[in-house]
Amino acid sequence: MSGAGIIDRKGWVFIALVLGAAVLVPAANLMVPEGSPLHVSDYLVPLLGKYLCYALLAVAVDLVWGYCGVLSLGHAAFFALGGYAMGMYLMRQIGPRGVYGNPTLPDFMVFLNYKELPWFWWGFDWFPFALVMVLFVPGLLAFLFGWFAFRSRVTGVYLSIITQAMTYALMLAFFRNDMGFGGNNGLTDFKDILGFSISADGTRAALFAASALALAGGYVLCRALVTSKYGKVLVAVRDAESRTRFMGYRVENYKLLCWTVSAMLAGVAGALYVPQVGIINPGEFAPANSIEAVIWVAVGGRGTLVGAALGALLVNAGKTWFTGLLPEAWLFALGALFVLVTLFLPRGVLGLWDTIAARRAKPSQPAVPAAKPAE
Amino acid sequence: MEPITQSLLYLDNVSVVFDGFRALNALSLTIEEAEMRAIIGPNGAGKTTMMDVITGKTRPTKGEAMFAGVYDLTKLDEAAIAQLGIGRKFQTPTVFDMHTVEDNLLLALKEDRRAFANIYWRRTAREKERIEALLERIRMTDQRHRKAAELSHGQKQWLEIGMLLAQEPRLLLVDEPAAGMTDQETADTAELLRDIAKTQSVVVVEHDMQFVRDLGVKVTVLHEGSVLAEGSLDQVSSNERVIEVYLGR
Amino acid sequence: MRIRVSRRALCLMVAFLACAWAAALGSIGAARAQATDPDLAAAVARFGTDSYAETESGLATLSVSSDPRAAEIVEALKDGRLLVDPQTKAVYLRAPNGALSDAATGAAVASAPSGVRAVRVNNRVRRALDAAAGALALVSADPQKRLDAAAAVFKSRDASALPALDAALAKESDPAVKTALAQARAAIIVASPSASEPERVSAARLIAARGDQEALAVLSSLPADSPPAVKQAAADGIESVKRSLAMWSVAQNVWYGLSLGSVLLLAAIGLAITFGVMGVINMAHGEMVMIGAYTTYVVQEIIRTSAPFLFGWSLAIALPLAFLVTALVGILIERTVIRFLYGRPLETLLATWGISLILQQAVRSVFGPTNKEVGSPSWMSGSFDIGQMAITYNRLAIIIFALLVFFALLLVLRRTMLGLYVRAVTQNRRMAAAMGIRTGRIDALTFGLGSGIAGIAGVALSQIDNVSPNLGQGYIIDSFMVVVFGGVGNLWGTLVAAFGLGIANKLLEPFAGAVLGKIIILVLIILFIQKRPRGLFALKGRAVEA
Repeated sequence: MSGAGIIDRKGWVFIALVLGAAVLVPAANLMVPEGSPLHVSDYLVPLLGKYLCYALLAVAVDLVWGYCGVLSLGHAAFFALGGYAMGMYLMRQIGPRGVYGNPTLPDFMVFLNYKELPWFWWGFDWFPFALVMVLFVPGLLAFLFGWFAFRSRVTGVYLSIITQAMTYALMLAFFRNDMGFGGNNGLTDFKDILGFSISADGTRAALFAASALALAGGYVLCRALVTSKYGKVLVAVRDAESRTRFMGYRVENYKLLCWTVSAMLAGVAGALYVPQVGIINPGEFAPANSIEAVIWVAVGGRGTLVGAALGALLVNAGKTWFTGLLPEAWLFALGALFVLVTLFLPRGVLGLWDTIAARRAKPSQPAVPAAKPAE
Repeated sequence: MEPITQSLLYLDNVSVVFDGFRALNALSLTIEEAEMRAIIGPNGAGKTTMMDVITGKTRPTKGEAMFAGVYDLTKLDEAAIAQLGIGRKFQTPTVFDMHTVEDNLLLALKEDRRAFANIYWRRTAREKERIEALLERIRMTDQRHRKAAELSHGQKQWLEIGMLLAQEPRLLLVDEPAAGMTDQETADTAELLRDIAKTQSVVVVEHDMQFVRDLGVKVTVLHEGSVLAEGSLDQVSSNERVIEVYLGR
Repeated sequence: MRIRVSRRALCLMVAFLACAWAAALGSIGAARAQATDPDLAAAVARFGTDSYAETESGLATLSVSSDPRAAEIVEALKDGRLLVDPQTKAVYLRAPNGALSDAATGAAVASAPSGVRAVRVNNRVRRALDAAAGALALVSADPQKRLDAAAAVFKSRDASALPALDAALAKESDPAVKTALAQARAAIIVASPSASEPERVSAARLIAARGDQEALAVLSSLPADSPPAVKQAAADGIESVKRSLAMWSVAQNVWYGLSLGSVLLLAAIGLAITFGVMGVINMAHGEMVMIGAYTTYVVQEIIRTSAPFLFGWSLAIALPLAFLVTALVGILIERTVIRFLYGRPLETLLATWGISLILQQAVRSVFGPTNKEVGSPSWMSGSFDIGQMAITYNRLAIIIFALLVFFALLLVLRRTMLGLYVRAVTQNRRMAAAMGIRTGRIDALTFGLGSGIAGIAGVALSQIDNVSPNLGQGYIIDSFMVVVFGGVGNLWGTLVAAFGLGIANKLLEPFAGAVLGKIIILVLIILFIQKRPRGLFALKGRAVEA
């Protein structure tokens, strides 16, 4: 798998932009003096970092939806689980600096009269272990869920609905105090990560750069998958599942692999998100979050990966801008976006771009036929 | 395992019941190695259900279905059966629209079907050769880089037959290959199938009597889920019961 | 297990008895007022001395008096309305309305002599007063009062009430009151060292037969020195009461489950049309329910300000309006968005989700984000008991309403032309179009029907849930679960699934708690769908492939 074959022209532009941002944004924040027009404010760095995490989540959603035809309404669950794994590490790093000053137990556990650390918190004070969990926990959930769902051939809308039920059930579970994850307050008041203060400018810049690297890496990984013969089979499954099966492919294994990888990417996105926003709570599991991630993909262009990331950036930048301007109107705008994109932009912004470019190149030729709709 | 039959495909007393409706009723059928068989029958006679049973899509309510004398088809799923060497072409051509003609054939080639293995796959010279040969055989060499979605109906039918050949199956199930084709295409298709039948077994389901005549093979008439008559086209055409239920008029 | 008559039925009975009583006694009432019981007069005379000891013994006499005025006098003494003239020792009774009468004879007195003061009471007298009031209530003319008095004795287990109980029991004719009296007596006997052993054993059995918490309290507070046979009988009784209570608690949970099931059914039934019959994934379904609830709110607001006398009818008025409003919204959505997305279920899902966001924000902008108060008509408040279960009228009304809506819908789909067209279009759109059915119009009407039913559900759910812009969100996942679990396209499946899930949820709650119970149900449904992707009552065969 040589890089040249995997990444197309759009992909190189994308990688260049993301890696460029990984260097330039921290530099513009730390080295350009305040007041200069090129300075990136302390407020903007974690905000942009958050967008990059969302973009990685969108890429993960696009991998299963765009290439495998599985519309997940539960990716927020994987994102949040990755976030919780990181949150647990950050919680343990607080040590005796909590309000109650307990060296092992996080504040909420002292408050809830825990006598000792629950077994599932063991090891989270060690960063490498937390990193493994960031991948393992969402991956395991996805594997188990997918193992059952794909084997029994739950497809289409049914699958979407049970993924939604999955994240909903998890949300209810994490809201419970007895779960040992801080109940509805979640995990917060983080102090430092790997010994660096979490609110320091340098740490924030580093987290931003890490998010950009993760996005670029996630993109390359997904491209490697979808351009391989495995990826061709995946698209075959998306477009004609039973035909693929009659050709001798074990469709469930193909879906399961793609689904699990996607969940792990979502977990990484969540893990990078938490230190930048400073909190993780059960609200992150809300079904609405998963659906919002899907619309980022739809806006950018399903089945393009770059489009998914682009959509996440566009929609979230729009959200920040809109809620600052007219908080009431944001839900109207988001709702309208859902309707308009599905009705008029089935291939998203990137698809529109391609169509226009194709028209300009050969004005007489009709555009390439639109991608086959889902299912 | 000791083969319990010398036939390539052996269906015995197979019944399929959906909610009280008998789609197949004690159907028995054998196909020999390198035999071509045409199956005709009115709508609802059980032709598609029979194919579903053979390819593992539908489990028979009762009865036996053996492949190559040793494989019990009633216990295997679609993928396993396909890997044994049974290929199926659907009534409406089903090709992978978003892939090129070449990629469609590539996916069908008899190669490793495992997911992980296919991530590290690299095209080999042998695969390239076989794809060239297949393109030649289905006369689509000049179409190789077109997306399947852009092909005409007849081209899709041929591409699908090509994909079937790429699988190198021992038994091909072909559902109405001539549907929607011009006369010339129909004749070409019949010739192609006759050519295939020299080395592989072929079961053709067809409504077009001229096409069946062109094939010139043994015919099985299905009616209400079981075999009504078997023999050459002329024999079954003169069978009174067949005339009554099918050829009628 | 004894079925206790509902309180409401009891009130009716009481009213009926009271009429009969009045009719029977009306003729002799006047004569009776004059013929004073001599014991009563003697007792009243003791009050005249105004010494605590005398008052107490006077009360003892009064408590067994059969004179209907005895209760009145006791009541007056309790409230400080029994007056004594220290000079003449005459006793007067001031009625709550201020009218004065001679306590002994009941004859009206124009005005009290100066210097009268209330008969004094101390704690001992107060206790005697309560006992006398209880004893007199046992023979009160009002069966409800007798019942309450018997229940009070059962609770207090005051041995001194025994003679009064025996007397009341001898006279009692109402079977319900008689049982209550017998139980009250048994409660005293079972703990009484003076009663014979067999008597105490049978008393224990009688109490156990009540099968409620109070019986449990009586049986478990037996004196430690009771004979072994009595103790054994009480232990057996406790066992059987606990068993019966456990059964009732299951029954109560099943009832709660039915109630939850009816809510699920109401929420899901519109979806069973739009999703189940038409195959449209309508994520804005919950918002239709929400709009129905807000329609109820608006109707009630208008009634409150301009026609308060109509309030009892507010729900009846809101029902057709909610149907109309939501059906129109539904038709609008179908014509402007959904019809362009048929055959693309995942796109429909996203577009309707967007619509749901818009509708929520629209309602939030118009009505504000806070909960709105939706009132209930008076007939929906209150409750009655069946055995140890409490059944509230509003829940009962919602169960009945949900079933009515369900069967009405079934009838519409099976028996009307619209239903025929709907089935024709969903089964074979092109053929239906070829036969001259305007499929577009049928799609719009069907979607309107499903939405309208969601609106009706909103009227009902406004009675038990907070009416806020988020109302619909709480129902959408549950509704989909119900429809999918029951089998898409199968209305009966939706019914069975709604009640099945409702009951399963409530039966799990005592063990797992509310939240965990819900999680377990969700996980079970997810596993179930893996096993049977097409739900409980799946269609099989060729139809599925289409």
